[in-house]
Amino acid sequence: MSDSQGPLWEVFVQKKAGQPFVHCGNLHAFDKEMALQNARDLYTRRGEGMSIWVVPTNAIVASSPEDQGPFFEPSNDKVFRHPTFYPMPDVIKHM
Amino acid sequence: MNSPALFNYTLRLADSSLVLAQRLCEWTSVGPFLEEDLALTNIALDIFGRARHLYEYAARLENKGRSEDDLAFLRNDRDYLNCLICEQPNGDYAQTMIRQAMVDCFDLYYYTELAKSKDETLAGIAAKSIKEITYHKRHSFSWVMRFGNGTDESHTRAQNALNELWRFTGEWFERTEDEDNLVNQSIAVDVTAIHPKWEKEITELFMQANLSIPSKVFMQTGGRKGLHTEHLAYLLLEMQALPRMLPNAKW
Repeated sequence: MSDSQGPLWEVFVQKKAGQPFVHCGNLHAFDKEMALQNARDLYTRRGEGMSIWVVPTNAIVASSPEDQGPFFEPSNDKVFRHPTFYPMPDVIKHM
Repeated sequence: MNSPALFNYTLRLADSSLVLAQRLCEWTSVGPFLEEDLALTNIALDIFGRARHLYEYAARLENKGRSEDDLAFLRNDRDYLNCLICEQPNGDYAQTMIRQAMVDCFDLYYYTELAKSKDETLAGIAAKSIKEITYHKRHSFSWVMRFGNGTDESHTRAQNALNELWRFTGEWFERTEDEDNLVNQSIAVDVTAIHPKWEKEITELFMQANLSIPSKVFMQTGGRKGLHTEHLAYLLLEMQALPRMLPNAKW
């Protein structure tokens, strides 16, 4: 994950306070401060966010395509895990 | 308040901003790597923006029918009043960042003071610039730390740059009679007051970056009288070629 332009970092931007940080891309940088500054210049130039996380790409542990079956399929037939068996209060908008 | 002195003062600030931005743009498309290329171009655009506001105001103050573009593109090097440090060649990236760190540190003190000016237009332009310069400084300061504390080669390059450029920093803190009047009216910035603050902060930065400020340097001067180093004429030649070949050309 490294070449002459430095290691890769993943960038997460938070649009507003309280909202989740959303992955928006990656970049090259040689250290933490440079990664943060580059993220600011590449991903928030047009007012996209108010807070940034940068994470070294190699620090991310990811599932692989082969994991899909054992990881995710067992939940497909367990409808009782969805909150569909009782009425939702009206005030809950995002579920 | 409308005077030749105020016009000259505004023009000088505009010239320094334009010449520096033009220099920084020389890195566009040939920066050390893509992200840094964009970062520096971004910074140059901020400084171009400031230059534009200042030229626009200068043109209004002069009130002789010259536009902001006329002031930028139809004056020769002897008419330019920018600081000498702004016109110095980029050299390698260490040299560009050493120059930028010294300028950003100076500009942050300078425009913070100018934001308190009794001249509302200058105060407004300055207030808008403070946040931009704060970011520019963070960027250039972190590069100076990286170069100074990096490899032997990066340290040598940064030290050479400092040896080369330090002699252009004395000019910032000179005052002319014209300017004294503006300072007394709380319009212009009193540079003698920001000198010790600038020197303290920049000395600390260089100490932390393991770089030493050269001693017994003869300070260069002349920018505000239109007496420049040989580099400015070439910069203007390139910048002004198109408007001079095709006057009134439009995008």
